[in-house]
Amino acid sequence: MNIPNSITTLIAGIAITLISLWYGQNHGLLPVAASADAKDVDDLFNLMMTIATGLFILIEGVLVICLIRFRRKKEDLTDGPAIEGNVPLEIVWTAIPTVIVFILAIYSFEIYNKMGGLDPMVSGGSMPMAHHHHHNPNAMENMVAMGTDSRVAIGIGKSTSANDTEPLIVEVNGLQYAWIFTYPDTGIVSGDLHVPVDQRIQLNMKATDVIHAFWLPEFRIKQDVMPGQFSQLSFVANREGTYPVICAELCGSYHGGMKTTMTVESPEAYAQWVQSRTVAMEAEDIPDVASNPQDLKDGEFLAPYATELGITAETLQQIHHAPMSMVPVLP
Amino acid sequence: MSDAITHHGGDRRWTDYFTFCTDHKVIGIQYLVTAFFFYFIGGALAEVVRTELATPDPDFVSPEVYNQMFTMHGTIMIFLWIVPAGAAFANYLIPLMIGAADMAFPRLNAVAFWMQPVGGILLIVSFFVGAPQAGWTAYPPLSLISGKWGQELWILCLLILGTASILGAINFVTTIFKMRAPDMDIHSMPLFCWAMLATSALILLSTPVLAGALVLLSFDLMAGTAFFNPTGGGDPIVYQHLFWFYSHPAVYIMVLPFFGVISEILPVHARKPIFGYRAIAYSGLAISFLGLIVWAHHMFTSGTPGWLRMFFMATTMLVAVPTGIKIFGWCATIWGGKIQLNSAMLFAIGFLSSFLIGGLSGVMLAAAPFDIHVHDTYFVVGHFHYVLFGGAVFALFGAVYHWFPKMTGKMYQETWGQIHFAMTFIGFNLTFLPMHYLGLQGMNRRIALYDPQFQPLNELATIGSYILALSTFPFLISVIWGLLKGPAAGRNPWRALTLEWQTTSPPSIENFDEPPVLWAGPYEYGIDAELRDEDSIEEMLAEVAEMS
Repeated sequence: MNIPNSITTLIAGIAITLISLWYGQNHGLLPVAASADAKDVDDLFNLMMTIATGLFILIEGVLVICLIRFRRKKEDLTDGPAIEGNVPLEIVWTAIPTVIVFILAIYSFEIYNKMGGLDPMVSGGSMPMAHHHHHNPNAMENMVAMGTDSRVAIGIGKSTSANDTEPLIVEVNGLQYAWIFTYPDTGIVSGDLHVPVDQRIQLNMKATDVIHAFWLPEFRIKQDVMPGQFSQLSFVANREGTYPVICAELCGSYHGGMKTTMTVESPEAYAQWVQSRTVAMEAEDIPDVASNPQDLKDGEFLAPYATELGITAETLQQIHHAPMSMVPVLP
Repeated sequence: MSDAITHHGGDRRWTDYFTFCTDHKVIGIQYLVTAFFFYFIGGALAEVVRTELATPDPDFVSPEVYNQMFTMHGTIMIFLWIVPAGAAFANYLIPLMIGAADMAFPRLNAVAFWMQPVGGILLIVSFFVGAPQAGWTAYPPLSLISGKWGQELWILCLLILGTASILGAINFVTTIFKMRAPDMDIHSMPLFCWAMLATSALILLSTPVLAGALVLLSFDLMAGTAFFNPTGGGDPIVYQHLFWFYSHPAVYIMVLPFFGVISEILPVHARKPIFGYRAIAYSGLAISFLGLIVWAHHMFTSGTPGWLRMFFMATTMLVAVPTGIKIFGWCATIWGGKIQLNSAMLFAIGFLSSFLIGGLSGVMLAAAPFDIHVHDTYFVVGHFHYVLFGGAVFALFGAVYHWFPKMTGKMYQETWGQIHFAMTFIGFNLTFLPMHYLGLQGMNRRIALYDPQFQPLNELATIGSYILALSTFPFLISVIWGLLKGPAAGRNPWRALTLEWQTTSPPSIENFDEPPVLWAGPYEYGIDAELRDEDSIEEMLAEVAEMS
């Protein structure tokens, strides 16, 4: 076989390595990371991107060289060299990918464990939900009643360890085509999520009708929200801002419209929000009714479904609709 | 020899192709033409989807219709295009490649084919009763509440096509094991046959599980049972396990035959032996085995516990090893060769360059912590189109060009074939490469309305998809011109060594007038010519000269 001389190979190898290392860190493909876990996932992606870039340049380079150098001349009817294999070479290209995937598997396992994916409290099994909930059109009360008692669920989470502060628990209900957030400690019911920065948040999630998926792109976490089964997500936001909350599992025609926002704010700002919501709820005056025509659009398409789903107009009113554009707003 | 060509070419009348014919070559072409018919329908649906996505608002079709479009697009492209296209080449080529007169069970073969149009018509009929709109995955409870009859027709269609697939697989395995020419041992048979062994094993082991899931889903849908319906105490996650137990292997069922095709095309047009015959043959079996124990990587964000996610992460990553062996082996095959860059070879090398990207993003998706971010996003849509279009469909077009002379006895039009390749390659990459970035940034899949920040790249993808649609025309020009006016191909225009090239083009009804001679292994290019049967080489060269 016509293997290029060793100097050329060496230089090409170094060049591919340098380009891969650089691109692996500077691809700019991911949105901002708003939690420490998200940063860990990005590190994993960067490593995979580095390896992938190296392999991409190597293989595409080989193909381009073949297309340029190893073309048949016109009228040349002879064959190429009769090389049927090369056992050492084949061992090398079997061993290297094997080592790479073992490293990736172990590294991924570490990160998954660190995120709380293997936490026995959340991932040890599933607890079927009591089915009488489904016949109750006003699911909100039940959601609050579920309270803060620990239970086994599916998802990414972390049970509170001794040195951790108490997590803020939010009950999440997914329904066609909205998210409803209930804060058991204050009784607030909201259509958008507000959480304080640097505090562990625990989302206890279930769905009313079909399977939805709760996705926070800037936190790199996603978990299906299922009817008849609890699931859980747990995270600590370390960056203030407003981030999109997206339903990622096909849930019907307006699946694309099922999104809202999560506002990560300072503990003071969060306390203020809690207070304003509590006052508003007591006065039965809802300040969050959409005033922007863009917001009305969401309300419009949700309205016809309200009766179908057995949601009262009141519940619907409490859902605050995020504007259509979901570019994260950072301070 | 040239007398024989014209004589045998006339043995089949065009009407034979519309009958219950047991000739594997007729059945192969029936499969291929039917698959192309559905490819055009599935492609039209894809264009509706891309046109809708040119703008962020649901303004081209209603959101319900949009969901019907991508559901039908996925179902048609998988079950009525790529899977039957693989069966088309398997039917046409296996008996010829192993020197047999027909398949082991010719009547069963014809039955399997005629189930294709039946399944296809059932699916098309669903358009008139409200097509299914729960995605090709049909997850309950959504699939139980979004249109009863459309969903039921979808189930019936898949049950019929799945049964046809099982019948085909039984036939391929039996034929390969029992009908080889007397002196062809299993390690001297063409790699396409190895690929079909691996494919058939997967079909036989996994398709019955899908059938079970679909029958239960059908009960839930029509009889109100609650196998998967949580309101009656059912578990929708069980459906997902059963569904993916088939539908992940389905990816390999779709791509393995085309791995085989690539192993056939590259050595012929690079004039070099395949690099590492046994490694390529066995790695296909390894992919087939691993393919059975990776299904829950589709469920990393579903109702699955952490330990289960970790197990399936590790097995999925291992698939990269046998796949890597193949890719490196193919590259080493063409390295140092004498490449003739015709349409078949362009699509084969295009396959290598595109499938590579799908393979690399596949390893990324296997990593659970990262998959949790991109699951159900456009990153995944980009990934599987690089595997199934960049992989299977590129190789499929390569196969059409490579065996067109054998199937028709005529040469296709080369220039239009190359234009076809250029447009497909550009259109394909413009359509699917931006999707990776969109998914990473936060664009979820299966949505008719999306965030306006994603519009520019979606417009690019839509333009790419139009180029892809237009690329069909040079393809049709090339092959229709070939059929009508193409010069006679002769027995072996590519000077290839596998047995199908020893007989006339198209082959006679009994395939071989005299028993084929195994005077060389399937890939023994470049071996000293004196070792070969002199007459055969003379004969081949004469025919090449005759052609030009």
